[in-house]
Amino acid sequence: MTPLLSVQGITKHYGAHIGCADVSFDLYPGEVMGIVGESGSGKSTLLNCMAGHLVPDAGQVVFDTRADGPKDTVTMSEPERRMLGRTDWAFVHQHARDGLRMGVSAGGNVGERLMAVGERHYGDIRGKATDWLERVEIDAARVDDRPTTFSGGMQQRLQIARNLVTGPRLVFMDEPTGGLDVSVQARLLDLLRGLVRDMGLSAIIVTHDLAVVRLLADRLMVMKSGRVVEAGLTDQVLDDPQHAYSQLLVSSVLQV
Amino acid sequence: MTDYNFAYLDEQTKRMIRRAILKGLAIPGYQVPFASREMPMPYGWGTGGVQVSAAVLTPDDTFKVIDQGADDTTNAVSIRSFFERTAGVETTTATTEASVIQTRHRIPEEPLTEDQILVYQVPIPEPLRFLEPRESETRKMHSLEEYGLMHVKLYEDISRHGHIATSYAYPVKVEGRYVMDPSPIPKFDNPKLSDMAAIQLFGAGREQRIYALPPYTQVVSLDFEDHPFEASKADHLCGLCDATDSYLDEVIMDDQGGRMFVCSDTDYCEARRAAGHKGKDAA
Ligand SMILES: Nc1ncnc2c1ncn2[C@@H]1O[C@H](COP(=O)(O)OP(=O)(O)OP(=O)(O)O)[C@@H](O)[C@H]1O
Ligand SMILES: [Mg+2]
Ligand SMILES: [Zn+2]
Repeated sequence: MTPLLSVQGITKHYGAHIGCADVSFDLYPGEVMGIVGESGSGKSTLLNCMAGHLVPDAGQVVFDTRADGPKDTVTMSEPERRMLGRTDWAFVHQHARDGLRMGVSAGGNVGERLMAVGERHYGDIRGKATDWLERVEIDAARVDDRPTTFSGGMQQRLQIARNLVTGPRLVFMDEPTGGLDVSVQARLLDLLRGLVRDMGLSAIIVTHDLAVVRLLADRLMVMKSGRVVEAGLTDQVLDDPQHAYSQLLVSSVLQV
Repeated sequence: MTDYNFAYLDEQTKRMIRRAILKGLAIPGYQVPFASREMPMPYGWGTGGVQVSAAVLTPDDTFKVIDQGADDTTNAVSIRSFFERTAGVETTTATTEASVIQTRHRIPEEPLTEDQILVYQVPIPEPLRFLEPRESETRKMHSLEEYGLMHVKLYEDISRHGHIATSYAYPVKVEGRYVMDPSPIPKFDNPKLSDMAAIQLFGAGREQRIYALPPYTQVVSLDFEDHPFEASKADHLCGLCDATDSYLDEVIMDDQGGRMFVCSDTDYCEARRAAGHKGKDAA
């Protein structure tokens, strides 16, 4: 089987400082990869290099495109990469306001990607937006309200709806549950798990929270100082960590 | 007038503006940056339009200025007298007699010809500004033809008002490529932008942008399949000249709240009345 995403040797420096170094892995269709590690270990740097938000110093990010099969997204043209960003890729930011247009209604936020790929029927766009609000458990009656009137958890769910409406094949998420209350986190996780399963989504999730990867990720990478120190099936890594740093990470969570 | 170079601006500045105009004509709808000069009038008075007019006027031209359809507002009168003074050109209020027409908020009703240039005063040239304030991003959106955001604006309009409520500065797409702000003309005028015989030039002074439509350029107003663009106007006849096809202003006539609808294009209305047309409110 062709990997949906094949990452090879991704390296990014900030000046002399390492952001992430020599990261490689394959992600197969329908798989969810978790990336964990302490603050500053390079998780967001890696995610942003993969999603085309940062240009890596070295390495390839090969995506199995619908039209042309596997293509290196680092070297493809910018219009092509931005098109992927609006269609087959989705990016869920930690802070919903980074991923939403706060001055635009919930319906407009969800509809934007549809309009970006050429949908021009208002009734259809609104219908799909309303469907998606319901799928992320937001009352359809809120379709014309701005996200500023939404709670943090609702904003995050709206951001997810806005990303998933075009049926992407790969979702990048950076701490999607960070900054939310524990009960709100649990509900969001349930929702994400349902969506991933129902849509057969592939996803890469960056998080501090091992409970998030336990629930969502099939596989896990542990990062330290910009490098992957351990990778494997989630349950294996969490239940029987091999690397001393992973052991520390897991045990520190168990103590909580 | 000997105090000034012809049409106020020095020759080098005019050449720089002409280069921007030529580039604009070569890439219809594309916003060309230019080094806007201080003009002896406030920005709100259309210094972008004035600079473009200064760059295209020749001593043989006949110049007309329209402000919201009228030739006699303070703004129109002072721009007209500015060029009478600094360029010594003939001026007129008759659309058919003018070779260069500077306008704010209207396109004349009388179809323009290949011998004419229409210069628009533009306050905000960037149609994407409303939803995307970062200029680096809007420039990228134009260059990559990422115009979904323009429809988000129209979507918001419909969701709030039940229809596309944008009635001025209604966004258009030029030759299937650049999305353009036609300046705050009523959307009634939008169809006139397309396939026009005259050259259309747009100048934004404060924002330092020039853009252009060469003759016979295709200009399409954005819309949705189920909310098609409509070039609407008040559903009345002109009270003075009985015109059915011109854009109307509603004017209050007396303290009793009496109203009437009259052509916003005063030259058009006068010409019709001179030709014997008479509306129900005409004395
Ligand atoms: N824009 C930047 N300029 C310079 N250094 C940066 C920049 N962004 C990140 N870094 C550095 O790169 C390293 C990796 O940062 P990164 O943000 O990828 O970590 P992270 O694992 O996402 O951390 P967190 O969990 O706190 O979000 C850190 O040492 C960080 O200080
Ligand atoms: Mg981070
Ligand atoms: Zn009239």
